Amino acid sequence: MQILNGMTGALIGSAIAAVAIIVAPFFVDLFQIMQLTVFAAMAVLALSLGFIWGYGGILCFGQTSFFGLGAYAYAVSAINFGDSTPAILLAILVPVVFAALLGYFMIYGGISDVYLGVITLTVSLILFNLVNSTAGDFYKIGDARLGGFNGMPGVPTFNLPGNPGYILTPEQAWMVTGIALILVYLGLRVLIASSFGRIIIAIRENETRAALLGYDPRIYKLITFMIGGAIAGFAGALYVNWGAFVSPTIFALGLSAQIIIWVIIGGRGTLIGPVIGCLLLQWMVTEIGAQQALDANFILGAILIVFVLLVPKGIAPTLRGLALSRLARTEAAPPETRVKVKT
Amino acid sequence: MDIAIIVGLDVISGIASLVLISAGLAVIFGMMKIINLAHGEFLMLGAYATVLSVSAGVNIWFAMLVIAPVFVGLVGVIVERCLIQFLYGRLVDTMLATWGLSLVIVGGTTMIFGNTIVGVSSPLGGFQVGAYQSSLYTPFLALMAIFLMTAVFGVMRYTRAGLIARAVMQNPEMAATLGVNPARVYMATFGAGAAMSGLAGGLLAPVAGVVPTMGAAYIAKAFITVVGGGTSLLWGLISASGLFGFINQIAAFLTTPVFGEVILFVAAVVLIRMLPTGIAGRFFKGRL
Repeated sequence: MQILNGMTGALIGSAIAAVAIIVAPFFVDLFQIMQLTVFAAMAVLALSLGFIWGYGGILCFGQTSFFGLGAYAYAVSAINFGDSTPAILLAILVPVVFAALLGYFMIYGGISDVYLGVITLTVSLILFNLVNSTAGDFYKIGDARLGGFNGMPGVPTFNLPGNPGYILTPEQAWMVTGIALILVYLGLRVLIASSFGRIIIAIRENETRAALLGYDPRIYKLITFMIGGAIAGFAGALYVNWGAFVSPTIFALGLSAQIIIWVIIGGRGTLIGPVIGCLLLQWMVTEIGAQQALDANFILGAILIVFVLLVPKGIAPTLRGLALSRLARTEAAPPETRVKVKT
Repeated sequence: MDIAIIVGLDVISGIASLVLISAGLAVIFGMMKIINLAHGEFLMLGAYATVLSVSAGVNIWFAMLVIAPVFVGLVGVIVERCLIQFLYGRLVDTMLATWGLSLVIVGGTTMIFGNTIVGVSSPLGGFQVGAYQSSLYTPFLALMAIFLMTAVFGVMRYTRAGLIARAVMQNPEMAATLGVNPARVYMATFGAGAAMSGLAGGLLAPVAGVVPTMGAAYIAKAFITVVGGGTSLLWGLISASGLFGFINQIAAFLTTPVFGEVILFVAAVVLIRMLPTGIAGRFFKGRL
């Protein structure tokens, strides 16, 4: 149990997952591989919020802003350069710069959680309106037309670094996305175990106490927010690589809500929780999409309400808590209670 | 000259609609310190109540001024009893629960009425300013905004219910020791806030496309206004609506409505950096 909770467990689990990702194309058909690719891209997005909310304590309701900016930055630069490698870098850089600006005004303004949530949500709403209105020839960056509500079709997908002629096959794109998910997960695990990670957790627990110990909470929160933006932007590039298409719905309120729901369901304060929540919900939404009677939003909203009311910690911490308390009961129970249980 | 009058009317209508669409949110935020993320859906329900009543043969004025607020107010009370009351003291969870509620309402409305635009025609005619045409509905909205603010002020300042509400707003624990039940005040507040949102939705029905997702078009502005205004119920709302309505309309006139919204947002974020507690938190501290 102790080992599985630690870094060794994460490494073993990741190694198993990596092997599964590499052998998957031999056992699963192409349609399902495509499906899994988008699930994995979204799981990277889930990790970004799981990190800044669960560990940094930053309540960001508009993580789609960074996801969408990354996706658009990738699409625009991939069309212009014809090479995906610098486009992926820009997909990370643009959201980071945006997160730095927005985060500076919010975090250095010292606003409360409630305000921060509302402002980040508003950003995503406004970006949605803004990108939606960019129809027509006037709105283009280089060769790339933003296309307004129609979005940008035919975006070049990932190619071999340094060799724009070699486009990855769907199976290879799946492996890249899956391995990227594992690397982001492990990277965040290492970051959380580092002194930086300990400091941001200390700030989450008690901002004043951390400040009195000499750590400026603002700069740590800002860096956390920027890391979240970088990961979300990277997820955006992975997402565009999956569909070769990006449209303003990437900024829409429904997706913002879904990210929050993934993290709530999986559990704040874990990294594996948001990934599990994301995969579960993605699979469920796909299943709901296959029938007509129930609206997906309706189900998602109901799930969110039920979890907030009844399982506020989420699946992963609740399961871990149950397992630990059972373990503690059998190991640490005094002998007389054990006898009582037997009789 | 004519264009100045038209832009002036635009500014007035921008301020008035900000007051109307934000009032319900501001009341709930001012009293309970929570942001109701289902606010847009309350507006939408008010608009649907109006449209459906009108198509059932009800007089349009009665539909938007009475049926919409009463219906949404009842919805608000039910929501408070079934959902919000279990989450007092958990601000973030309350926001998440109202977000879930917003999705449920959007999904439910879509399942019942479908994703098509319905509407009612504007009940008032237009008038001429030089070469430009303007609708009489604009000054009517401004009058409604003034009426709503006066009513809120009157109730809060001169009635016993308002006195109790202000006491709970200032210090819920102290009010409770003096025999007030804050839970009941919160229930009434949530109902009143929802009713105001319903009224705003009803008033918007003739000028907006009524669809299940229409709330999303308004909440960005409403959030900005309430966050910019701060927790002071009346002065925060009025000062923020005045400032942001002005900026928004002028920017929209010089660029496009969408860029107007972007500029409005940038202005609000800069304002928040300088005044983290909002305009009212800085200049109207401790007032209504």
